[in-house]
Amino acid sequence: MSLLASLPLYPLLSFLILVSYGKRLSWGVASWISVGSMAAAALCSIFLVNQLSTSDTTVITAYMWQWFSVGSAKVNISFYLDALSAVMILVVTGVGFLIHLFAAIYMKSDENFSRFMAYMNLFIVAMLVLVLADNLVLLYLGWEGVGLCSFLLIGFWYKEKSNVLAARKAFIITRIGDTAMAIGLFLLFKSLASLNIADINQLAQTTESFTLISMNATHSDAYWAALLLLGGAVGKSAQLPLQTWLPDAMAGPTPISALIHAATMVTAGVYLIARMNGVFLMTPEVMNYVAWLGGITLLLAGVAALAQNDIKRVLAYSTMSQIGYMMLALGAGAWSAGVFHLMTHAFFKALLFLTAGAVILALHHQQDLFKMGGLLKKLPVEATLFLIGLACLIALPGTSGFFSKEAIIASLWSSPTAGPSLWWCAILGALLTSIYSCRLFFLAFLGKSRFPETLVPSDHIENNKLLRGALFILALLSLLGGLVTVDLSSLFLSYKQSIANSYESPSWLHVTAIATPFVGIIFSWFYYKNYRVISDESVVASQSTFVVFCRNGLGFDTLYGALLIKPYCFVARLNRKDLFDQTLMLTAWYVRIWRDVLSVSQNGSLRWFAAAFGLSMVGLICVVIL
Amino acid sequence: MTEIPLTHILILSSLLFIIGFVGVVVRRNTLFMLMSLEVMLNAVGVAFIGAGSVWQEADGQIMFILILTLAAAEVAVGLALLIRMQRRYRTLDIDVLNQMKG
Repeated sequence: MSLLASLPLYPLLSFLILVSYGKRLSWGVASWISVGSMAAAALCSIFLVNQLSTSDTTVITAYMWQWFSVGSAKVNISFYLDALSAVMILVVTGVGFLIHLFAAIYMKSDENFSRFMAYMNLFIVAMLVLVLADNLVLLYLGWEGVGLCSFLLIGFWYKEKSNVLAARKAFIITRIGDTAMAIGLFLLFKSLASLNIADINQLAQTTESFTLISMNATHSDAYWAALLLLGGAVGKSAQLPLQTWLPDAMAGPTPISALIHAATMVTAGVYLIARMNGVFLMTPEVMNYVAWLGGITLLLAGVAALAQNDIKRVLAYSTMSQIGYMMLALGAGAWSAGVFHLMTHAFFKALLFLTAGAVILALHHQQDLFKMGGLLKKLPVEATLFLIGLACLIALPGTSGFFSKEAIIASLWSSPTAGPSLWWCAILGALLTSIYSCRLFFLAFLGKSRFPETLVPSDHIENNKLLRGALFILALLSLLGGLVTVDLSSLFLSYKQSIANSYESPSWLHVTAIATPFVGIIFSWFYYKNYRVISDESVVASQSTFVVFCRNGLGFDTLYGALLIKPYCFVARLNRKDLFDQTLMLTAWYVRIWRDVLSVSQNGSLRWFAAAFGLSMVGLICVVIL
Repeated sequence: MTEIPLTHILILSSLLFIIGFVGVVVRRNTLFMLMSLEVMLNAVGVAFIGAGSVWQEADGQIMFILILTLAAAEVAVGLALLIRMQRRYRTLDIDVLNQMKG
């Protein structure tokens, strides 16, 4: 069996062992198995990527068996590794390994530890299947698998109702996107008669009927297919209008937020669009929609992040906003910049979440920013690591975030499917990013300490060195990740017909883009002065209507509640007594009436039985005689 | 000896049977129900004897002896049950024993 085919097997094996032995495994054994399997997978993928980059071939494939066949099209269980999936498996297994290491220590005292690690391993399996799949059906299998694991892990602490509700919400909302995606797959199969990804990208360029607008339709098949795939991506990647599940998903344990809801799963939508670039390139309109969706999401999420009180929710909105950047890049046709940002974002956002997790652990699970303050002196290591993560997030020059975000912003102005207005969106988003990052840092680490109890001393947490080791590696990756140039441009197709580009890039673009984060920092240095200065003034969260509106995710939950959930529940309530139900209930009533009548006769009285017996005997004789 | 017509015998027998049956249904005391049962059995016996004498056959009398034996056995079991009932429920009211409802 080839190395590529065995890649998802390590976590799968670990998952099976953990699931079948469950609580009988001690902490040490369970964590050795799960973290060890991840280390094996990470080494394996590094080896594979090395093999890919040194050999002449651009693609490694591994065929295992045929799953099923539809007509002439065969759907195989087979893996396909090119530069794009190489980046993804490195992120999934590399960052995944570090997060597993962190999680093993973070979750040590949990009674369901092995269940937690088993779900994490299962998630990695599904994610690897997703990124390595060579056809869309296998990709969909992985896609649903990560959705399931996300559901299981958000609701991991299932004894609290809010966690379960958050899990359900995430599951249902992503399901909406997944349904769109499934329809998109059917449409692609109908018009291109293939489900193999490489074939589809080729056929989309060459099949004329795919892009041709037929007689009585307003749009071509390519338009609809791309739009439906975008629907799937929007659900998974928490973009407008299906973004409401991501902040609530923070109910899960912090390593989950780092692994699933920041580094890997939520970027699956970005991966999908990048993977299907051949289809998207055929419809510049949809590319334009992708760019606008990304642009609007990054602004809205940035505004919402400004008003959050919970440290993890700030990071959740920030994730949403950064994925907005990736979408913007994809929409602008800057595929490799988008994937590059995906990679660097995985590094620094995992670092931010895990450091936040370490801070939360030290603060006895306090997540409210307004109850932190002054942690720079008490937790200097965590504060430094957090600062590194934030520097990458706001794209200070030299950090990894800088390279990837600048690459995105630079491509926007002159792109035929984006343009200056989206460039301004991105700049405004960068400004918002630096402001909410500063607010977060000031509130948590500077100013007067507002935490009444004493912190959990760091040497109290066992294996603290290992915990910090994982964080240090991530910090290193975040700082230096930008030096790795990810050039995937040979992988992606370019526009078929050159669309006239009317925008000349002015010379001040780069200067503005680089200066924006500093403007944000200077602005917040003065604007959030009371957060960072130690004074007797009490720091409290603003309760003004607008701030509360932003804190609640800009009213999307309320809007969907009023528009969709309430009418749906109303119709469901009405429908409880519809005609079919009534017909069915008629049978039940009929049976019930007879039951009542007959059970009256069985009253247990002997005299009654004797009388009935005698009378019916008389009746019988009468019938026979007459 | 004047012949008694069969119809008279059968009328007597059925009258006795009906009285016995009504007794079983109407009386609540189990002892009286048992006695009414005896009346019913004897009504059948009268019918057998009468028929036997009309047709000059011994079968009717043999049948009556069988019924008598059966009645004796039945009363033995019945009275034993009555004693158990009295011990357990302190009453002979048959309506108390109505737990076996549908």
